[in-house]
Amino acid sequence: MRLSLWRRYSFPASHRLFRAEWSAEQNDRIFGKCANPYSHGHNYELEVAVTGPVDPATGMIANLADLDSFVQRKVLDAFDHAYMNEQIPEFRECVPTTENVCRVIFQRLAGFPRAHIEGVRIEETGKNSFEYAAPSNP
Amino acid sequence: MIRVTRKLEFSAAHFYHNPDLSAEENRRVFGKCNNPHGHGHNYILEVTVAGEPDPKTGMVLDLRELKEIFDREVTQRMDHRHLNYEVPELAGKIPTCEEIATVLWRILEPKIRQGRLDRIRLYESPDLFVDCTADGMKDAR
Ligand SMILES: [Zn+2]
Repeated sequence: MRLSLWRRYSFPASHRLFRAEWSAEQNDRIFGKCANPYSHGHNYELEVAVTGPVDPATGMIANLADLDSFVQRKVLDAFDHAYMNEQIPEFRECVPTTENVCRVIFQRLAGFPRAHIEGVRIEETGKNSFEYAAPSNP
Repeated sequence: MIRVTRKLEFSAAHFYHNPDLSAEENRRVFGKCNNPHGHGHNYILEVTVAGEPDPKTGMVLDLRELKEIFDREVTQRMDHRHLNYEVPELAGKIPTCEEIATVLWRILEPKIRQGRLDRIRLYESPDLFVDCTADGMKDAR
């Protein structure tokens, strides 16, 4: 049996999907409405999974207070109400699709000292969700 | 292979306290959950069974039988109970989501005879839940 603890957070943020080196038509063709120059936003629902042994003294894989403050510091402080294209440095190099947001958030959380970050899952809207799993088991 | 998931809900009370730690230590580690008067949750349990459908019935398992297992093993044991005092399997443990899910896995796994238990997901709230999965020995880290 394997145990994972999931914790859910949410943050509103905005983005625009486009590549500066492409023409307006090409951006429009690939990204559709998401290329709108004024950008748009979502209420992102973020789920973070951690795994590891349960500490018998606390009954926990990780203390939620530790996990919450780590996620706050590494992710929410930067992403909450941000225009991701300009305010999240990782998106100077890549398009802030939710696939890439998953990967960037995973990378920011990977150093959590108390347990192994197993994956992240993001609901961009009630209809779209994306999941990023750690490349291999520890 | 097909996975079948059935859901049930139960309400229970708990609090977190480790008698080996001082009062201050308990408050520091467990925060509000240390309040000895306890508090409660509406737990939601999702049980997933994996298997091949029987060619005659088209079913992986008889859901009525699963419902009976739920009633007997989960509802009677945990619904409207105080998890610190009334569930022998949790005696001496801190009744966190991790520990409750582990107990439920150990209780349910041998009871599922058609198909095999693939996953249980226990929600303490929409923002906090635990998955137990049948993943062999990978938890030995
Ligand atoms: Zn609680």
